[in-house]
Amino acid sequence: MSENEILKVEHLKKYFPVEKSFLEKMLTRTRHFVRAVDDVSFSVLKGEIFTLAGESGCGKTTTGKIIVSLMPPTSGKIFFDNVEITTLNHEALRVLKRKLQIIFQDPYASFNPRMKIGEAVGHPLEIHDIAKGSEKRKKVLEILDRVGLTPAEKFVDLYPHQMSGGQRQRAAMARALILQPEFIVADEPVSMIDVSLRTAIIDLMLNLRKDFGLTYLFITHDLAIAKYISDRIAIMYLGKIVELADKQTIFSNPMHPYTQALLAAIPVPVPERMRKTTQLKGDVPSAINIPSGCRFRTRCPRCAEKTCKEKEPELVPVSPNHYVACDLAEK
Amino acid sequence: MKKLKIKKSMLSHLLPGLTSLTKRGLAGWLVIFGAILVIAVIVMTALSPWIAPHDPSALTVGPRLSPPSTQFPFGTDDLGRDMLSRVISGGGVMLQVAILSVIVCLIIGVPLGLFSSHTGGVIDRFISLIMDSVYAFPGFILAIAFTVVLGRGVINMALSIAVVYVPSYFRIIRSQVLSIKEMSYIEAANAAGARKRTVLLRYILPNVVPSIAVVATVNFADAILTAAGLTFIGMGVPVNIPDWGWDLTNGRNLLPSGAWWVITFPGLMIILLALGFTLMGEGLSELLSPKLEE
Amino acid sequence: MGNMTQSLMTVDTLTVEYWTRKGKIRAVDNLSFSLEKSETLGVVGESGSGKSTLGLSLIDLVPFPGRITRGKIVLNGKEILKLQKDELRNLRGKEICYVFQDPMTSLNPVKKIGDHFVELIRTHEPQVTKQQALERAKKLLRDVGIQPERVSDYPHQLSGGMRQRVMIALAIALNPAIVVADEPTTALDVIVQAKILDLLNALRDAYGMALILITHDLSIVLQRSDRIIVMYAGQMVECAPSTEIYLNPKHPYTQRLLKSIPNIELADQKLEAISGSPPDLLNLPKGCRFWPRCYYAFEKCRREAPPLIETGTEHFARCFLYEEGRKA
Repeated sequence: MSENEILKVEHLKKYFPVEKSFLEKMLTRTRHFVRAVDDVSFSVLKGEIFTLAGESGCGKTTTGKIIVSLMPPTSGKIFFDNVEITTLNHEALRVLKRKLQIIFQDPYASFNPRMKIGEAVGHPLEIHDIAKGSEKRKKVLEILDRVGLTPAEKFVDLYPHQMSGGQRQRAAMARALILQPEFIVADEPVSMIDVSLRTAIIDLMLNLRKDFGLTYLFITHDLAIAKYISDRIAIMYLGKIVELADKQTIFSNPMHPYTQALLAAIPVPVPERMRKTTQLKGDVPSAINIPSGCRFRTRCPRCAEKTCKEKEPELVPVSPNHYVACDLAEK
Repeated sequence: MKKLKIKKSMLSHLLPGLTSLTKRGLAGWLVIFGAILVIAVIVMTALSPWIAPHDPSALTVGPRLSPPSTQFPFGTDDLGRDMLSRVISGGGVMLQVAILSVIVCLIIGVPLGLFSSHTGGVIDRFISLIMDSVYAFPGFILAIAFTVVLGRGVINMALSIAVVYVPSYFRIIRSQVLSIKEMSYIEAANAAGARKRTVLLRYILPNVVPSIAVVATVNFADAILTAAGLTFIGMGVPVNIPDWGWDLTNGRNLLPSGAWWVITFPGLMIILLALGFTLMGEGLSELLSPKLEE
Repeated sequence: MGNMTQSLMTVDTLTVEYWTRKGKIRAVDNLSFSLEKSETLGVVGESGSGKSTLGLSLIDLVPFPGRITRGKIVLNGKEILKLQKDELRNLRGKEICYVFQDPMTSLNPVKKIGDHFVELIRTHEPQVTKQQALERAKKLLRDVGIQPERVSDYPHQLSGGMRQRVMIALAIALNPAIVVADEPTTALDVIVQAKILDLLNALRDAYGMALILITHDLSIVLQRSDRIIVMYAGQMVECAPSTEIYLNPKHPYTQRLLKSIPNIELADQKLEAISGSPPDLLNLPKGCRFWPRCYYAFEKCRREAPPLIETGTEHFARCFLYEEGRKA
């Protein structure tokens, strides 16, 4: 792991077993899995905003949750600050959680409806025995102020349902930041917030990065937001990364057919601007029955029957810092 | 220490909540009306030694089997006992049985439901299986079976009824916990590093309490009816204590001879008490269902 | 507002109120507009803007405790709100059709896809046999890009995108004059979203329908509608052809909205936030509803509610900046 890398993910896999009925268990031998994350490797540099982008079901959220230890991987390694975290014991993992935090997508569901915001934001301090009583309150007020929930004294005593979605998301950031983490996973932090408020939240995230020296793993399906906030972007499809490059390159020179289709599909806010929609055939296959060889071939406009069906393409560099998983890409 | 702190905060939510019931529309009024019924019956029963005009067990206070009159507004039974006094004093057994059974159910059903769903896995499956089997059994028959085994008396009746209803509590708590566990705020607590016990007590339990309240109130109504039923078939308490259930049995035997009043008034009281609890339960479940007024 | 020749549909001073325990909410406040044949009208706004309520009121399906308290809607010469129950039912599906937001729950899970069509078609055209209805269903599925054999599938066997396409097929089954699509693509992925929107436009061209697109996504309406209505706190704050909205947004809210949405074609975009938060419909500010968040707000804005002012050909904005005699 190089000097600059704060997170390194190696061959991460997460398979969820498909529940079978009693009869099926008796009659069939084979076990089926939902291959949510299917061999994903990447690293995140200190201080950068690394985005995992893709449509729903591509495995980006699952990857994010595994990184903050909300669920164990099926296989693979994760290195954080040079420490392999998937094999840590319970206690060590708890301590680790101080450095790795997460912000969830749904500002409505991510707060306990029966806890005041002040309590919720301050609870991590209690959990890790960092501060209690008046000192805890002081830190809570400080952090609420920092995320723009002013006057903090008023917000401390509010319940989640008394706040708007945007305010709750700010509180979520406060909760994540109060432990002074180094790394934050932001799982679709603005997709459930009103459009006019999104920019404010994104700007807050950018400011906090500067002030607190944070690194973000940003997860989104909205490539337009990804373009605005990211340094580097990895495009995921059905559990694998199909293209990885810095922001400029992804948008100016997308090489994987899926990336190209995604970019073409994004609505551009200009009247009568019809982008050439690369017609993708069919729908996303189920993650239980992933196509052999290149998993994108069933929808790919460029699929070359033989090679694409037999061999699963690897994520290889086509130029420094631009990786593509497509055997036809260089052509 | 932490457990006490939680209960105090729950109470401080309850008191202002009660006063705002009037503002909560039909559901709020249901709760208030039901509560009034229940409290009225409880108070009446508690004060019965002082407000009953005659000793409910005294024989031949008046002419046998006399219909309702100014002297005996609810009439007398075949032993000459004043029905009004019997109605006023007869709720004691039923209330005791109901309250006791609900307490037992809470003590057993709630922790069991919490534990089982939070632990998950094989243990959860196993316990659920047992609970489902008990639940599938016709409640009343099971209660009878237990009373036969345990014998008569208030406590035994309460236990028999409790056994029948613990699965209801278990199921509701369990399904609540399971759906709460899916919520992001539980994930958030886990992501912050909270221990399993903390999550259970500070995040899950406070959100489950409303449904416990609903189950308990509806359960009260059921328990009362079951207790009445058990007494009706003779599995209840000894004969000499005034009891509505007993009057039902007696009254039924007396019906062919035209004495409708012996069974009617105690029956009405049972219905009123059960109704009170049911209304409270209905109102509570309305009030506590998710507030999605966007 | 609109052409002087007979518009397809006119909405006049429509007001919809919700009577909740906490008070009366005016979800839609005095809205008027017209819709022309084969036009795509985009209605854009955020939560609380009233756009969904507007959509539902067009087919008189505002849910309790909401009620249409004022106004009239005229479709093809008929006043919708004055119709009898069965006349209204006839209208729905046949002349104006609504595509619901959530494809997951809008189809009946115990009915085959084909049966949805059969029921719909035969309700409005009882003389059609089941066989004929199924044939039409197959053709419609082909039109929306689904294999016709899927008529015998159940909804859960189809993906979200396919279900939404089925909803659209159902919407056009009876060749309605107007299709109202409420957030037709919110629950869907970008690629499917593009397909569905392309489909809606293609169908519009083929069948000559008018389309009302209700969404919070300004990018979509800018790209695909002819005219746009911007809603804020239940009121129409701006109404203009989409090119006008794009090049010449007049209302401060519209301007800020445009500056806050990311555009992937721009190289180094600086997004700007709109200060403040969406209004509380129970506690609307006095005067203009947008003034607490408006950069230009002056004295009059705080006191009086601005009317809709004509700022150009077919361009209206609800803002005192464009009052007669005031230099904007």
